Amino acid sequence: MARFQAVEAFHRLADETVLLPMSFERIEGGRAVISNFVGDFLTVTDEELRRIVELDVAPGDGLYERAYEKLLISGRSQISRLQLIAARYRTRMAFANAGTGLHLFVVTLRCEHSCPYCQVSRRSADKNLFDMDEVTAQKALDMAFSSPSPQIKIEFQGGEPLLNFELIKKIVFWGEERSAELGKPVTFVITTNLALLNDEVLQFSKEHQILISTSLDGPKDLHNKNRPRPGGNSYELAVAGIDRIREFLGPDKVGALMTTTQSSLDRAKDIIDEYVDRDLGGIFLRPLSPYGFAIKTKQFARYKTDEWFEFYKTGLNYIFEINKAGKHFPEFYATNILRRMFSDRPTGYVDLRSPAGIGLGALVYNYDGRVFASDEGRMLAEMGDRTFDLGDVFTSSYEDIILSDKLVDLVANSLTQCAPQCRTCAFEPHCGADPVYHHATQGDEVGIKPLSEFCRRQKNMMALLLDILDNSPDEAAILRSWI
Amino acid sequence: MKPLVLSGRAANTSPGLEQLGRRLIRVREFSYDGLGELSPFDAPLVAQQDQIDWGSNFGSDLIVLRAAVDQTEEIRKPFVRLNRDFDYLANGDLISVDGRTGRLRTIYRRASRYNFFLITERCNHLCLMCSQPPKDVNDDWILEEVCEALPLIDPSTPTLGFTGGEPLTNRDRFIEMLRIAKDALPSTGLHVLTNGRAFADPQVAKAWADVAHPNLTAGIPVYSAVDYLHDHVVQSKGAFDETLLGILRLKNLGQRIEIRVVLHALTAPRLVETCEWIARNLPFVDHVALMGLENTGYAIANDSQLWIDPMDYQASLTAGVLALRAARVRTSIYNLPLCLIDESVRSHAVQSISDWKNAYVEECGSCDERPRCAGFFSSGRPKFSRGIRPIVGEPQIAV
Repeated sequence: MARFQAVEAFHRLADETVLLPMSFERIEGGRAVISNFVGDFLTVTDEELRRIVELDVAPGDGLYERAYEKLLISGRSQISRLQLIAARYRTRMAFANAGTGLHLFVVTLRCEHSCPYCQVSRRSADKNLFDMDEVTAQKALDMAFSSPSPQIKIEFQGGEPLLNFELIKKIVFWGEERSAELGKPVTFVITTNLALLNDEVLQFSKEHQILISTSLDGPKDLHNKNRPRPGGNSYELAVAGIDRIREFLGPDKVGALMTTTQSSLDRAKDIIDEYVDRDLGGIFLRPLSPYGFAIKTKQFARYKTDEWFEFYKTGLNYIFEINKAGKHFPEFYATNILRRMFSDRPTGYVDLRSPAGIGLGALVYNYDGRVFASDEGRMLAEMGDRTFDLGDVFTSSYEDIILSDKLVDLVANSLTQCAPQCRTCAFEPHCGADPVYHHATQGDEVGIKPLSEFCRRQKNMMALLLDILDNSPDEAAILRSWI
Repeated sequence: MKPLVLSGRAANTSPGLEQLGRRLIRVREFSYDGLGELSPFDAPLVAQQDQIDWGSNFGSDLIVLRAAVDQTEEIRKPFVRLNRDFDYLANGDLISVDGRTGRLRTIYRRASRYNFFLITERCNHLCLMCSQPPKDVNDDWILEEVCEALPLIDPSTPTLGFTGGEPLTNRDRFIEMLRIAKDALPSTGLHVLTNGRAFADPQVAKAWADVAHPNLTAGIPVYSAVDYLHDHVVQSKGAFDETLLGILRLKNLGQRIEIRVVLHALTAPRLVETCEWIARNLPFVDHVALMGLENTGYAIANDSQLWIDPMDYQASLTAGVLALRAARVRTSIYNLPLCLIDESVRSHAVQSISDWKNAYVEECGSCDERPRCAGFFSSGRPKFSRGIRPIVGEPQIAV
């Protein structure tokens, strides 16, 4: 059996080992996280980081093996390593091949709520001035169905879209007709505060498999404070509506989103309890919206991000307790990032991707026919900033909008793959470009990332998740169960 | 524990049989049906004395006698008489008889779930635990015999395996054989154990894909996510890179791939990392098999390097399976008895050991799980874990 060779015979000479593309971020405790080109992480000590960067590693030393498994190093002549990275990168970026999938129809700006965090709705104003008309809706459908996306989702927005339910019904009928003609599946979502939910809406939604998305900011006092309406009963109506939909359409037909405000920050547990009690299947602990204070003043306050992060951590720990007690109850912000950390399935999430989802992932058709790159872009326009106003449904085609210099520049300039500070960031593979946010807060779609609350929040989030995954096995198992 | 005998010598043969040379024979029992038309390869399997007339008039140029038929004076035709080891042969089974030497081999058993064809003994690897040590001889005749045998196989056979050696040693002819199998057995799944290196050549990958078989799987071993560890196990420098490239090329053409990881002392220390790496980098594979070691062939010679009590990698195996499961990769554990597998992943265990070399030990007598358990290899020189115990009164695994 002398034919067999010892393991040393299969080692590579030191000068045949090369580095693969990688980024690193120093974290507390004299350690660093290294990420490869497709977002796999390796946590190392500073000394180990130095050794990898200087290729001071050799088979058998343990670090070589860890670095090799994480695609950080390669043999100079090995072909499969780069092929593997390329295949994975291609998979991760496959969303960039698809046309616009999400189409938001602002069927009216009118709303009977007067939420202070909303920049766009008009209270009890003239119906004719702020409702979308049929001609505009038809033109918007033309544009939506011109998208090369293999299927499209139409989401009715407002204002309160149920104030123009007659138009919603028509758009659904027309949309289904076109879907049948073109063989392109379409789904519908109504985003509503549920105050105007009635049997007709329920029946129609059942017949057309329409999903309902609503707002639930937390327990009664918080919700009603955040979302004032005549009668002060927004919470009661929302909760009753959720129950009715669950009963009539099914539990998977309604989803709720919360908006986090200053008043939410010390109420994490109460808010989560509300979502547990309503059996909503999880919660998205959303960041503070910057589109009030920050936009008006063109300022940004870092302490808010840190305050929010404390809120988030409190909430996440509480959610871990709920899960440990046996209830599967994911937090969706973490889930979204974890899915990207643990798989290469292309993300469909339009708010966190690069190339940015503006226009390419979602288009907003305003009541008056203007076309916006995002809902926040529409809010900016209401405040006089037309940066994300891409044209209108009457004079532009889908191609005009998508290939417009304006949109192409906004997307191309904000690519995290090459933006300063993002390009070298260890968390870049799981992050996204947010040109609207950075334009709103810094007057520039790229933004200076060390001054960006968005960047700080994203780094905080990913460092937190990595820390849990590395150091807290019980919680890590819960995180994995959400993927 | 004694494995089923698949090759051996005839008890006796008639004079003149040597003129027939090497012959492929499909045996037919006295009452046979369900196999369609007779072919020139069919021969009667005479089970008892009073079937000799039937056998003699069967129309074939040779007859096969079971061991029990011991009065052969009256027989006027060339015959081969089996010894008792081959009593299991039944209607529709295929054997190969060498008339000059009296040697015979069973090449297909209709009743078995485990029909594997050895394609060649040549291989470009020399795996430390190889159960079928390679020989560098021209044995192209084996592949030709398989091509001849495929049309004689019962088309309702669910799956056939192909092994070696490296089946793709003679790439063109092997891929041609896949085509023959597809034509003769359109609904039979084909499973090929290959080291995958041939697919690094895009033309080979394309030729494979062009067979367009609806249920063809390449079972490819990947022993580590670290280059030199894999290369050491297979004793070939550069193997890891080429195998990986082959996997990527084959999957790029939409072909079915199974990854096989054999568990022993050289692969177990980084088993969790290997599984996590597969989950992260190759989640597109159709199946991952984590396989206990069969202590036979080279594994015996390299025992000191390879042996590890499965109890000593049990926790890693559990973590590895969970990582694969989380990535939704279909994962099975092969060749390990259930008592050595943590309860949380027992549902992944498969009764994987071929029937002809499968056995159980004394402890199994009182075990509740025995009907679902892979048991042990009876081949080679079996080694037993300290963890073997009857499972009694525990919740049964969900299947």
